[in-house]
Amino acid sequence: MVGMKSEKFDYFINGDKGKYEVVIGLEVHAQVLSNSKLFSGSPTKFGAEPNEHVSLIDSAFPGMLPVINEECVKQAVRTGLGLNAKINNYSVFDRKNYFYADLPQGYQISQYKNPIVGEGKVLLDMPYGSKEVGIERLHLEQDAGKSIHDMDPSNTYVDLNRSGIALMEIVSKPDLRSPDEVNAYIKKLRTIMRYLGTCDGNMQEGSLRADVNVSVRKVGDKEFGTRCEIKNVNSIKFMQMAIEYEASRQVELLESGKEIDQETRLFDTKKNETRSMRSKEDAHDYRYFPDPDLLPLKLDQKLVDDLKKSLPELPDKKKERFIKDYGLNAYEANVLVSEKEISDYYEEVAKLSDNKLAATWMMGDLFAMLNDKGLNISNSPISAKDFAELVQAIKSGEISGRIAKEVFEIMVESGDNPKKIIETKGLKQQSNPKELEKMINEILAKNKDKVDQYKSGKEKLFGFFVGQVMKSSGGKANPQLTNEILKKLLKG
Amino acid sequence: MSDITNQSLNQIIKRIKTKEISSTDLTKAYIKNIEGAKKLNAFVTTTFDYALDKAKQFDNKPNFDQLLPGIPLAVKDLFCTENFKTTAGSNILNNFVPSYESTVTKNLWDNGSFLLGKLNCDEFAMGSSNETSYFGNVINPVGDQLVPGGSSGGSSSALAADLTPATIGTDTGGSIRQPASFTGTVGLKPTYGLCSRWGIVAFASSLDQAGPMTKDITDCAIMLEAMSGFDEKDSTSINKKKENYSKNLKDNIKGLKIGIPKEYRVDNMPKEIDELWEKGKKILKDLGAELIDISLPHTKYALPTYYIVAPAEASSNLARYDGVRYGYRSEKGKDLIEMYENTRSEGFGDEVKRRILIGTYVLSSGYYDAYYLKAQKVRQLIKKDFDDNFTKVDAILTPSTPSSAFKIGEKTNDPVSMYLNDIFTVPTNLAGLPALSLPAGLDKQGLPLGLQLIGKPLDEQKILNIGYAFEKNCGFKNEIKKWWA
Amino acid sequence: MSLDKEKIKHVAKLARISVNDAKIDSLTKDLNSIFKFIEQLNELDTNKVEPLTSILNQSLRSRKDEINDGKIREKVLKNSPKDSEEFFVVPKVVE
Repeated sequence: MVGMKSEKFDYFINGDKGKYEVVIGLEVHAQVLSNSKLFSGSPTKFGAEPNEHVSLIDSAFPGMLPVINEECVKQAVRTGLGLNAKINNYSVFDRKNYFYADLPQGYQISQYKNPIVGEGKVLLDMPYGSKEVGIERLHLEQDAGKSIHDMDPSNTYVDLNRSGIALMEIVSKPDLRSPDEVNAYIKKLRTIMRYLGTCDGNMQEGSLRADVNVSVRKVGDKEFGTRCEIKNVNSIKFMQMAIEYEASRQVELLESGKEIDQETRLFDTKKNETRSMRSKEDAHDYRYFPDPDLLPLKLDQKLVDDLKKSLPELPDKKKERFIKDYGLNAYEANVLVSEKEISDYYEEVAKLSDNKLAATWMMGDLFAMLNDKGLNISNSPISAKDFAELVQAIKSGEISGRIAKEVFEIMVESGDNPKKIIETKGLKQQSNPKELEKMINEILAKNKDKVDQYKSGKEKLFGFFVGQVMKSSGGKANPQLTNEILKKLLKG
Repeated sequence: MSDITNQSLNQIIKRIKTKEISSTDLTKAYIKNIEGAKKLNAFVTTTFDYALDKAKQFDNKPNFDQLLPGIPLAVKDLFCTENFKTTAGSNILNNFVPSYESTVTKNLWDNGSFLLGKLNCDEFAMGSSNETSYFGNVINPVGDQLVPGGSSGGSSSALAADLTPATIGTDTGGSIRQPASFTGTVGLKPTYGLCSRWGIVAFASSLDQAGPMTKDITDCAIMLEAMSGFDEKDSTSINKKKENYSKNLKDNIKGLKIGIPKEYRVDNMPKEIDELWEKGKKILKDLGAELIDISLPHTKYALPTYYIVAPAEASSNLARYDGVRYGYRSEKGKDLIEMYENTRSEGFGDEVKRRILIGTYVLSSGYYDAYYLKAQKVRQLIKKDFDDNFTKVDAILTPSTPSSAFKIGEKTNDPVSMYLNDIFTVPTNLAGLPALSLPAGLDKQGLPLGLQLIGKPLDEQKILNIGYAFEKNCGFKNEIKKWWA
Repeated sequence: MSLDKEKIKHVAKLARISVNDAKIDSLTKDLNSIFKFIEQLNELDTNKVEPLTSILNQSLRSRKDEINDGKIREKVLKNSPKDSEEFFVVPKVVE
């Protein structure tokens, strides 16, 4: 770990016989963003009627053959580059053989010994400093279809829409040590892939799923413990719950002198526990061999170089730049680069207004409103241009922060731009000293008794006068100027 | 017109073009032959009404510029044919009707021909005698009780018995050349990648190639020209310009170097085969070719290698026959796994099951390196044998098979002796090379025997030319008495 | 290497083929004779040989990312032994 901060890493499990650390590695399955499937021209779009997005290739009819989608290959390379990984110019597609109702070919085309992407790394920002997580490999493979077990008591229903969609399996090294790190890792992967446009990271639609490998060992031990693989967990929350459950289960086993079986387990989201998938065990012999319907994939180095040149700025770089160019602190920069769309929005606002104020207002009122309405930045009711106008109006003193909140709300409801709202509603701050002085003189005249009390030492009444000015100006009086004038007149 | 159907495809095309015969009359003649030849069991499906309809369409609006104008063709039942049942000789596909047409058959139809029927074959093309078909044995027209070879046994039988003017088969380890040899006909396995595999029921993907089976070399060139070509739907299809094999057919082979490999001999090989080989050498030499003794040292390992590679690929290729989306499904079994096991056990025949088990075993954990990886390495050596020699020679001449057609049932109880039938044909599949089997003579029982010409990759024209010159000078005539009619 | 009945049953399980007890003896005999034949390969020293992954010496050809297939549900389901509500239907999967 580098750059330790004040908070310390403290995810350990205390047993009677010692303190255990949890060792976690993830196999993330990320759906490649492409129009058509990895080996067929069927659409990949989510949400179609059953078996609507299925070709004879996806349903493995006799004599059907795979032809690879060039975009899926490029997406895998882009992702590899985004993970600072080695791109392998020679890779091979293998068949992973097993029987299942939603696996039409009886094998999954995957990459086994020669993946398209080799070792890489990802940086996580943890409260206790930044942490590097190693990437073991990334390979391309086909997704399977979907089996539905609850439509009929004695039958399973099979929908092959997903069959053949391209996935990237991203395998981490066993470098993660806590559910929080898993959370940060998944989010970071997701951010990177969304920046690259290689995966939409939508966990509800199953575009991002993971198998979680968990083991435990006593703090200080060099050897890893026996690991269990928890299959196909499709939300970060479930991953974290599954890890917590599984780690405690393993510690309990060890504490009671038992051994841990290396096995595949399933996380039951209803019971919040993992359990053995014995049926998978004897089918574990996948009999990988190179797919004879495909040839080795030889990547032209020029293609890799061109893809590298065309990569967008990635979150780690962008964060550095935001700190340097916009004077943001690390926390602000982190939040604002967490989604590419947010960072784009921010940059557009900052360009037209004040950097720091823009950040504060985005992370405050704008995010709160979006969160409230269940929206995200891309479908924000306020455009970056309008938002910048609002920030600029605050910065220039045209409106006060308090009025700005009012304007903001009207913007959300009406969709009007702040200038128009400020003008038509007459919300412009009163900043003319002569007019203000006139108004304040009138107020002081009306409240002679209070003026006297103030002058005899009851200075708390200053707030009362400010309130009266605001009331009579409809909140538009420039607060700073009001203070100055009040002080001057009350002195006299 | 006495009997149009015993003529070559090329002669028939000429008669169609000169309007001596209509497509309809031609089709009717074949239908008559087929109906009279049920004993041979060459057909799994006939498509007479469809064929007559297509023939009529042709006659109404003939296009004589096509390669196969108005020609009815029966094809091996391994090619998927749109709207016509495609069984691969298996119970598991007994009810399967594709909604698509294989690229190779589509190419044939696009050249003016049309489907006459689907020909029997060994189940999933696994066999050397057509005895593994779910639809029963096919009889060799050369003699009752004889196998027609396999796996394209329906094709060779139908061709030799004048039930189709030409046909196509598939060849994974000799399945075109061996039946051609057994029936006195011509069979060509093209270079791997020359004919698209799209829409052909797969046996072993790295070895399977479709190819023509014809009465003579000219027909072979016509059919190859019609069926071959680049197909973007097949990742292993070779992207190259289409060739005019029939137009470029030449009988001048002067100066060509012909390799004679010393390893193409087996124990107890009938001496007629050696004699025939000698005769072949002499003919080529007399035509001005130069004979060169060569060595292909790993030849004896080709068959053991094949019996790892082919079953391994097959075990995976045939996993899709699971009773879920098409084909046979067993009603027995209480859950999915039992449904699979019963479907596959009832749907596949013994030989197919045997090969699936071999393939599953050689790929399974702990055995992969000892078997599959080893085989891939030996395959490299076998390919290298050919590469090394093809720097010195233009083509290689060998016998096609170590025996002539054997009796039905003779080898069914001894799988290894059955496998040994492919000993001369398998090496070229492993090396992806084109190889032509051409009829060369008869053994002492009067059964046809073939010689094999092996070429460099994509050098089909050259071996066709050598075959053409050989055919003109060999004096062999395949005379089959129609005893079944 | 000889294949015993247990091993064959295990392989058959992997291949999802039920093997009839009546046939297991002849199957064992056949497979053993085939493997004896196959194992001739052990005579060869292949330590320094690269395995042949593809007979064609060319790279994998790719296609453009275009949607030109799918939306043929009728064809996909046409041959199915059992379907319902546009799904393929199979006996329950028992976990």
